Amino acid sequence: MSQKDSSIMDKIAESNKSVVTGIDEKDIEHWITISILGSEYKVPAGLTIMQAMEFAGYRFIRSCGCRAGFCGACTTVYRIEGDYRLKTAMACQTRVEDGMYLTQIPFTPAERATYDVNKLSPGIEPFLMHYPEILRCLGCNACTKACPQDIDVMEYIAAGKRGDVTLMAELSFDCIQCGLCAIRCPAELAQYNYAQLARRLHGKYETPIPDHLKKRVEEIEQGKFEEELNELMNTSTEELRKRYTSRDIEKS
Amino acid sequence: MAELKFIGGYPEYMRKLIDVVNQTRPKRRDYTPKAMTMQERDEVLKVHPDYAPGGKRTISIGPNKGDTAPNEVADLLEAYPLITGTEIDPTKPDFSVDLLIIGGGLAGTSAAVWAHQKGVAREKILLVNKLRHGDANSIMAEGGTQAADRVNDSPARHFLDAIGGGHFTNKPDVLRALVGDAPLIMKWLNELGTMIDRESDGSFVEKAGGGTSRRRMHACKDYTGLEELRVIRDEFKNRAIPYLEYYPVIEFLTDENRVTGAVLYNLETGDYKIVQAKATILATGGFGRLHIRGFPTTNHYGATCDGVVLAYRAGSRLRDTDTVQYHPTGAAYPQQIIGLLLTEKLRSMGAQPVNKDGEAFVFPLEPRDVEAASFIRECYVKNNGIATPTGMRGIWLDTPLIEMKNGVGTIEKSFPGMLRMFRRFDIDIRKDPVLVFPTLHYQNGGVETDPWGKTNIESLWVAGEVSGGVHGKNRLMGNSTLDCLVFGRRSGISVAEYLKSNPQQGKLTLEHLKGYVKALQEAGIKTARKAPILLPDYRGKAVLARMIDVL
Repeated sequence: MSQKDSSIMDKIAESNKSVVTGIDEKDIEHWITISILGSEYKVPAGLTIMQAMEFAGYRFIRSCGCRAGFCGACTTVYRIEGDYRLKTAMACQTRVEDGMYLTQIPFTPAERATYDVNKLSPGIEPFLMHYPEILRCLGCNACTKACPQDIDVMEYIAAGKRGDVTLMAELSFDCIQCGLCAIRCPAELAQYNYAQLARRLHGKYETPIPDHLKKRVEEIEQGKFEEELNELMNTSTEELRKRYTSRDIEKS
Repeated sequence: MAELKFIGGYPEYMRKLIDVVNQTRPKRRDYTPKAMTMQERDEVLKVHPDYAPGGKRTISIGPNKGDTAPNEVADLLEAYPLITGTEIDPTKPDFSVDLLIIGGGLAGTSAAVWAHQKGVAREKILLVNKLRHGDANSIMAEGGTQAADRVNDSPARHFLDAIGGGHFTNKPDVLRALVGDAPLIMKWLNELGTMIDRESDGSFVEKAGGGTSRRRMHACKDYTGLEELRVIRDEFKNRAIPYLEYYPVIEFLTDENRVTGAVLYNLETGDYKIVQAKATILATGGFGRLHIRGFPTTNHYGATCDGVVLAYRAGSRLRDTDTVQYHPTGAAYPQQIIGLLLTEKLRSMGAQPVNKDGEAFVFPLEPRDVEAASFIRECYVKNNGIATPTGMRGIWLDTPLIEMKNGVGTIEKSFPGMLRMFRRFDIDIRKDPVLVFPTLHYQNGGVETDPWGKTNIESLWVAGEVSGGVHGKNRLMGNSTLDCLVFGRRSGISVAEYLKSNPQQGKLTLEHLKGYVKALQEAGIKTARKAPILLPDYRGKAVLARMIDVL
């Protein structure tokens, strides 16, 4: 049995090799050519931009974060040979294509206000006070086209100009703050920072603390659960096991 | 291999297997396999990577000498420092602060905000990041944060669920702090302006997670960690607390049994900086990028076990170093996203694990180690897995069932992140199931602490994944973001208290390295290995073979 279990682990490790230790050329059948910062490299087809750059010999310090599409570190802009359009992507979530030529943008210079959320309220005022340039939006839609999360950036900026914090917060919720909108904006806005302000105003003032939580916090502050917890701390493992296995499970 | 033909993101042969899943779906809609008994759990855990033979060894030096750890972790504990001490002058600090915080994920950032809130002057705090502020596993947390705040729930229930899920190995005093503070944390998040999912009456949406007996998972769609982190980071920036990016710590500075500061390394220019600090909070996260037992990982690029290495050298005691959390549902297909996380919330909302014959073979919400082991058994013992074009085996996670149970539109509303991740590779998770296999997810053990995050070293606190004890040998869903928030807050408050006693700044030395190197030599460890490793290396083998250093 034990021999078998260990060979299961070997099989799993073997099947994961390319993801874990880097790709081996001899395993590759299909190749394409891409250009990184103007230099051409032959790379395996089917990799992400990030994997392809690593295969080509790059070891990231910047432009690499969560590697899963959540952090906005690996902002990339590229064109495909023969196509005039400028495209944007997260390098960790986008497949390389033959003829792709690319660069990365490791940092976005963008103005960010300092504020105390406790002293603001939802509406147009916080934006006029901290980000009056929001009114410069030209409605060109370059931000929306640039967004790798497919957020309707221009629409949430329009909501912000009307002081509609609710809509701005909801439309911008999936923002990973990569900064591409700000890089592309001809009116020089820093959209993603305004959206952060909107979401905090919405979360704090438009979805207040629910009653069931208020009540629970009061109970905790009154020490209502202390005795029960003290008792658990001094309960034997055997008794804990018994209580655990016999506890009722709420239907999900 | 001939060129594969793809239909809706899947090769033709997988399409045929998906038809089987489609056929059994209506029957499975109202059927859920029974939860396992404790005996059944023990049986299936034999094929879990923690319990399957091999992969581990005994730690041969330091405070945990004689304990077991994965080889990849033992390798780093039994490695030489990056500096010997002769090439740097630690006595001339570039930064002189009261509180040094290492790591800017949820734990470190919360600690900074709370220390400031409790009276530590902002210019007396320094938060250092290896990568950007916020490049952390926290930002990738999808499913939720546990807090017992409903009438039919209590902190005691939360305690019982967590300690049972942890095989009764959790450190009770820190677990008590976790469950007792959880509702306070939800209140804090709400006050800061975090957008937590709501029912139409304004109460929180709360779901079950693996191993929970009540619905207490609070989520922000499937971007929970992203939302929590960006709000707290925004608050941090509004308080104008100083921080550095691309400055990992490569060694602590010590004075006897005290941590007195740290050596920082500029990843881009290669020079070092010295920080002196009266107190230090270590919040560097976990070790997913060590790829323990050859598993892919959900973790971010910098999750390389640095904090445990640094603390261990300075004399910290570790615990539960023998277990690793593998998340049951890592992506197994397509190749570009292998190992990435598919949130447990998918199963909370009705997605079912299904084998190649279209059968639901396991209760979908077992604790993570049990669920993961059952997938491995189904694929490698019962041979009921689905082979991928890259030679992996996987299990279907039947996501269309979510909409069959909760209505059309549920996935778009509750799982925008998951929908987007697969859509980028032409797969629509509303229409087709996705292929999953366990992936390396979390460092269960770590540096031992008291309920305020204090370690056995005076002036050193730890918070978040780098700590050990609160989850015992297996963590439940929704307790990691909570861990970061609770112990980030507690360590920040505790340090603020400590600083009020006006502690003196200790000497800045690297003396502890001498003892550590001596112990390595005495244990006969002859190796070129150095640690911390700071970043993994995925460069192509052909390029590496020709790399030369001339500049």
